Amino acid sequence: MRIALFATCIADAMYPQAPQATVRVLERLGHQVFFPPDQVCCGQMHVNTGYLAEALPVVKEHVRTFSPVLTGAWDAIVVPSGSCTGSIRHQQGMVARRYGENALADDATAVAARTYELSELLVDVLGVTDVGAYFPHHVTYHPTCHSLRMLHVGDKPVRLLRAVEGIRLTELPNAESCCGFGGTFALKNADTSTAMLSDKMAAVKATGAEVLTAGDYSCLMHIGGGLSRTRAGVRTMHLAEILAAEKSTGGVAADAVAAAEASEAVR
Amino acid sequence: MTTFLGVPLRRKPEPELRHPNPLRGSESFPQAARHELANTQLRANLAHATSVIRAKRAEVVNEVPDWEALRDAGSAIKADVMVRLPELLEQLEENVTARGGVVHWARDADEANKIVIELIRATGQTEVIKVKSMATQEIGLNEALEDVGIAAFETDLAELIVQLGHDRPSHILVPAIHRNRAEIREIFLREMGDAPPGLTDEPRALAMAARAHLRRKFLQSKVAISGANFAIADTGTLAVVESEGNGRMCLTLPETLITVMGIEKLLPTWQDLEVFMQLLPRSSTGERMNPYTSMWTGVTPGDGPQEFHLILLDNGRTRALADTVGRAALHCIRCSACLNVCPVYERTGGHAYGSVYPGPIGAVLTPQLTGTTGHGDPNASLPYASTLCGACYEVCPVKIDIPSLLVMLRARMVDEDRGRRIPDGWSAAMKAASWIMSDAGRFAAAEKLTGVGRLVAGKKGRISSLPFPASKWTAARDLPSPPAETFRTWWARERGES
Repeated sequence: MRIALFATCIADAMYPQAPQATVRVLERLGHQVFFPPDQVCCGQMHVNTGYLAEALPVVKEHVRTFSPVLTGAWDAIVVPSGSCTGSIRHQQGMVARRYGENALADDATAVAARTYELSELLVDVLGVTDVGAYFPHHVTYHPTCHSLRMLHVGDKPVRLLRAVEGIRLTELPNAESCCGFGGTFALKNADTSTAMLSDKMAAVKATGAEVLTAGDYSCLMHIGGGLSRTRAGVRTMHLAEILAAEKSTGGVAADAVAAAEASEAVR
Repeated sequence: MTTFLGVPLRRKPEPELRHPNPLRGSESFPQAARHELANTQLRANLAHATSVIRAKRAEVVNEVPDWEALRDAGSAIKADVMVRLPELLEQLEENVTARGGVVHWARDADEANKIVIELIRATGQTEVIKVKSMATQEIGLNEALEDVGIAAFETDLAELIVQLGHDRPSHILVPAIHRNRAEIREIFLREMGDAPPGLTDEPRALAMAARAHLRRKFLQSKVAISGANFAIADTGTLAVVESEGNGRMCLTLPETLITVMGIEKLLPTWQDLEVFMQLLPRSSTGERMNPYTSMWTGVTPGDGPQEFHLILLDNGRTRALADTVGRAALHCIRCSACLNVCPVYERTGGHAYGSVYPGPIGAVLTPQLTGTTGHGDPNASLPYASTLCGACYEVCPVKIDIPSLLVMLRARMVDEDRGRRIPDGWSAAMKAASWIMSDAGRFAAAEKLTGVGRLVAGKKGRISSLPFPASKWTAARDLPSPPAETFRTWWARERGES
């Protein structure tokens, strides 16, 4: 399949390892990945904070960038984020319609229909659960709210993880409870957000896992930020990174090695 | 040790608690939440209570094979009610009147309270008993009655605890959820007047003390005030569902019954009740069926109250009905399932919302009912009191899409604020971000600035302190050092495209 990658703004700028790993996994499965260079953001931050007028140009740019999928340039669009996929599917059309941009709204809906969160693409569209990954670590999985309740990905991510060779997977207690990120909620209601974060961190620690994984780097930034602050000894990795890890590279994604080296070199 | 001397102790209520606005707190949600989060008793009670009730609800909902179809039906019936509200209300009035009831229309809280006061005065009574009712809390009825020398006694156990404690309800269904049994014992001994001296904090002992206390009220009172869970337009029937039997006592023993009901509580036909009687108990208390369901239609000669008044309350509902967000919020049947699953409510409790309607539905409903007056209005902060995690929508028995409604309300707050002389930090930041994020070239240029972040992070590889407003983040969380290379740059270098 010819698959266009929407890296998401946050992963592009802060967590390139997630889209890199997404590319590796899909290529390993024999698919062709494209990166439309005009892409930036789905507009979710603006929408969820109430700045719908400001979201409109962001949505417009996203739809314009990915509309070639409608004329067969690609077969599907993949997003390594449940939350951004949810915004594309449930918010972009609404924003366009609110400002009378009906053609844009129709395009947004049509593009959204071809847009898949990573686990959806792998399991539903490509029909695989074993992607040939090797990751000999103790892992727990946090099902992010929008993956769970906007997209209804269900156990797809867990099925993908279970098929990973060498992995030890422990269920996260109260997994379905929000971590308290909520985008600008973490700033506007910082105290409540922190209260939720501390409960989520306690649940993560209770598993004894070494790695916390999820399908969204935004939530992982939040929980990981707390785990880092408290020196909890648990690291965060995107689902894609675990799925990209291979035996040949010692259980890490090939790019992770390169990125670490590049990072050291710059420092 | 407390020694009971047989003299009822009446502690002077706190001045600020005397007549709080039932629909508007004095602080914004983030400020109020900060205090509540520090209340360890509250946190422990809520964590326990919400997790128990969540599990109970899940169990009884999962055993219903057509639950989703029931939710669809509930939602459709409510949508129909909202579209035909004027006509259905007139039908209700006609049927209640035909069966010997008297219908009154109240534009707002003040009008409703005045009607109730006049009706009570006409009976010559100075004491009334009450069935737990959100509508009468919303209009501050007890306080209004107190001001004119009428004592209103709450008969629902939790509501009684709140009333005796000069407290505010913190949950729609379990208003004393923030209290534990030791506190309840203290309140009973201090305020009840006739609590047995050796009262322990055993739940049964507390319940028996309340029972004996209330029994006397039930037998003495000539006037009762209730709310209503449902009113059926085509029969003129009213329904109250409850767990303790206090409602049944209030609805049957007194001579005069006064019911205050929000105009949105209507159902078109008797048969519609079938859907809601399946949805409501499972959603609210996690029971297959509530213990007591009382229904009455006007007045039945020789049986029950011989005088029945129904007060139909607007109090902002017509305004809410006029817009799409408000209209959806009026579908609410006050089951409180959304409170019980909300991760924000679970930590802050109900008082942080400053309204008798707390939790996710409160964050939507309260600003709808009151309207908001810009940034300084505590109710303007309510739509932001959510991570939009979607747990509320998932459990709502009438499928109110609360997260989407919250987003629409946020948009309204932002739009109302446009054109202020000095834009606040948020709107300036959001405008700048919009400009950057609608163009890949500008975004790539902005990404280069993350090099500053790398400097801040230094050799530690993490950022632990940033200036305001990012300090809100770094107060409890690190940020990783930005990567040496963005994905965009990596792709261009690796794949030679773009």
